[in-house]
Amino acid sequence: MRYAETGFNLEIDLSRGGIERVQTDPRDTELYLGGLGTNAKILWDRVAPETEPFSPDNLLILSAGLLCGTPAVGCNRTIVSTISPQTLLMAFSMMGGFWAPELKYAGYDKVILRGKSPDLVYLWIHNDKVEIRDASHLRGKGAVETAELIRQELKEPKAQVAAIGVAGENRVYFASIEQGRSSASRGGIGAVMGDKGVKAIAVRGTKDIHIARPIEYMELCNEVLKYIKWRNENPIQGVMPILAGLGSPQEMAVNDEKWHTENFMWGNSRIRRKDFWNEEIEKKWTETMAHARQRLISCYNCPMKCGATLSLPGLPTYMMKCFSKLTYTMAAWSDLDFGLRIAQRATEYGVDAYSTPQVMAFALELYEAGILTEQDMAGLPSGNEERFYWLLDRIVRREGIGDVLADGTYWAAQQIGKGAEAYAHNNIKKHEQLPLKLSMLNPIYFLMYATGEKINITQIEGQFPQTPFPTRAEREAFVKDWFQVPEEKFKHYFLDWELRGEKSIPYYPTVDMCCEIVDWQERMHYIDDALGMCSGLSSFPLKPPYHIHNYPKFISAGAGIDMDEAKLTQAAKRYRTLVRAFNIRRGMRRKDEKPPENHWKKRFPELEKELLDTYYKFKGWNQDGIPTRESLQELDLGYVGEDFLKRGILTDRVDEPSKEISTGK
Amino acid sequence: MGEKKKKIVKTIKVDADKCNGCRACETICSAFHALPRYSSNNPARSRIRVIREPLKDIYVPVYAGEYAKAECMGRDKYVIDGKEYDECAFCRASCSSRDLFIEPDSGLPLKCDMCESDPALEKPLCVQWCLVDALTYEEREEEVEEDAKLDDVETGLESLVNKYGRHKVMDAIARMSKKD
Repeated sequence: MRYAETGFNLEIDLSRGGIERVQTDPRDTELYLGGLGTNAKILWDRVAPETEPFSPDNLLILSAGLLCGTPAVGCNRTIVSTISPQTLLMAFSMMGGFWAPELKYAGYDKVILRGKSPDLVYLWIHNDKVEIRDASHLRGKGAVETAELIRQELKEPKAQVAAIGVAGENRVYFASIEQGRSSASRGGIGAVMGDKGVKAIAVRGTKDIHIARPIEYMELCNEVLKYIKWRNENPIQGVMPILAGLGSPQEMAVNDEKWHTENFMWGNSRIRRKDFWNEEIEKKWTETMAHARQRLISCYNCPMKCGATLSLPGLPTYMMKCFSKLTYTMAAWSDLDFGLRIAQRATEYGVDAYSTPQVMAFALELYEAGILTEQDMAGLPSGNEERFYWLLDRIVRREGIGDVLADGTYWAAQQIGKGAEAYAHNNIKKHEQLPLKLSMLNPIYFLMYATGEKINITQIEGQFPQTPFPTRAEREAFVKDWFQVPEEKFKHYFLDWELRGEKSIPYYPTVDMCCEIVDWQERMHYIDDALGMCSGLSSFPLKPPYHIHNYPKFISAGAGIDMDEAKLTQAAKRYRTLVRAFNIRRGMRRKDEKPPENHWKKRFPELEKELLDTYYKFKGWNQDGIPTRESLQELDLGYVGEDFLKRGILTDRVDEPSKEISTGK
Repeated sequence: MGEKKKKIVKTIKVDADKCNGCRACETICSAFHALPRYSSNNPARSRIRVIREPLKDIYVPVYAGEYAKAECMGRDKYVIDGKEYDECAFCRASCSSRDLFIEPDSGLPLKCDMCESDPALEKPLCVQWCLVDALTYEEREEEVEEDAKLDDVETGLESLVNKYGRHKVMDAIARMSKKD
């Protein structure tokens, strides 16, 4: 009997039309947990490093987390893993919503797609009945529209549908997979789904998920629920409102956007507007939101209302969450009404709300600079907002200049040349980042930006306050009930952290402390990604209900796998290292591990070098960022070490440099 | 005048405007009613279901009520505040017209029992798990006049008297009293 998981994956061969239900090895669950962990193992085993993102040999894995579908509050994430067309590395974008629990109730932990379908199809998974169905009538339809049409066609209003829009069909490098109020947007996984000829995956399940030690598990769930209630009534003092509570930043509920609009950059991540916010704007934007917002909504089994149903006059209803609210507005130097309107179209097209506005602002900058010519942009309207709609339409259809821009700022700049590279200035590992430009280097954030393989800052940061509190008294008040820390020393790091003077950034927290802090932050995200837990209740907010002390109990009681903090830490380190190994095998090296050059004004090259040197060592990686044979051995990843040796990525001799491997486009 | 008796009326107030559509109520209901308790969960077995149509902003938590032997001959469709609800949206019946409140394996009907258990729970679990207060629990005491019930008994006895005569009925009652 398998607990928490179903013990079965669904293998779909799209080239042959083959469908197989395959039992998984419980030993893999012990070593890699599930979700991202077991996805990484499958990708390592089955996708050779030469494989291109749009090769039939690339896999697209949609996985539920280990605890999805159990009563664990907020555990509903789908972890999608494949090779990203944008970074050429492993993408592991995720989405909340209702899809992952439904897949578990249908009797599967993962859907693994391989090959390519000659015609556009969709999958219909209804318990033991799995069909590959014709989707030619859905070609060109919006992602939200497609989900509705499929539910109607199947007469299954309760089916959960993950679908791509036109952008995914046309292999736009920043295409998303949309699902109700959620989307897996980063890394261009929607393009891989489109390349495989899959328009949507609809799921309906009515089977049981079993719990190993039910009474114990329910006590844990009830404790979490009680703590969420308490935390909702007791927001953290001394931090800005969006960081005070649980959940992802409450953008759909909050109207005060002073912080975002004055601290994040406008246009192509260029200009900070320090005096932007005023009463008049607040009044207007509050009205816009109040008229558009029908209801605040949640993902499966979660009391946090991070999303909203939005309905703007003359447009179909759609759903949104978090910072997508402002990315289009700010890229276009416009207002909230425009931002919400274009986001509706973008959601139907199925594109990432971080990359897309930046790509469009980048194009308009190139045009103003004369790098993109009148001819390149033939037909461009004169109005600013119309230009954004025009660009969006061309990008998702890959028409004209849109075909170039659809590859994202990095690849578009390479293709355009003429100095366009300097305008693709906000990337890490070829991928657009949040529009932030700051003054003084923050050593903790430096490490996260440089080494985070999810390549999105919100998916590695969390738990440790972003800035020191001004007085010791405030800091003492903060640490008083900070039981989530893995060890007491983290409280001391924070207590001594000052705004100014000797114990302030960039030299405090010290290099060693920074390594420990970042390692803790990243570890919690990786655990979430294997269990399917939303980071909004775990790794992201301050003082979350899930932490390193109760997670082992959840896994023990839920999945029946003996777990303690040390074993869980080791497991997370194991698949975290495996993600790195996969990327190393595809050519990623230290040279790729850097934040955008202009992310901070004040940089400290020597300190940055020391930070990276020390962190690599701390993680068991060599000075090129490659996991060493010893650390691989220690993590039961001896097979990775063997492979590295065979490929000349590592050598038997310590002093010999490793071979450079580069993957072309 | 007959004796006055106290009766506890259990009510779950459903505020559909507050529902966030998360279906925690379904999760916990199915876990509670699993055997052994909490050993599995599966919303398809839940005795509360949220009728959800997110794009139409429709969220109606509905509790499993009586088993209906047959579908209704006619259906109702409600339009409230401009939103058109599906026929059967507000109906609590376990009915062959739909897959709600029917045990997925056996096909047997399901019915909400307010999480009856020994010792009794403070509130049904769906209410405890609904942190957004779409579901709240109310108990109120009602005094019930026994008189009303005596009327019912009299009606019954009268028909027996009409059929068998007063004496036979009184003999039968006397005999029943001895057995007690």
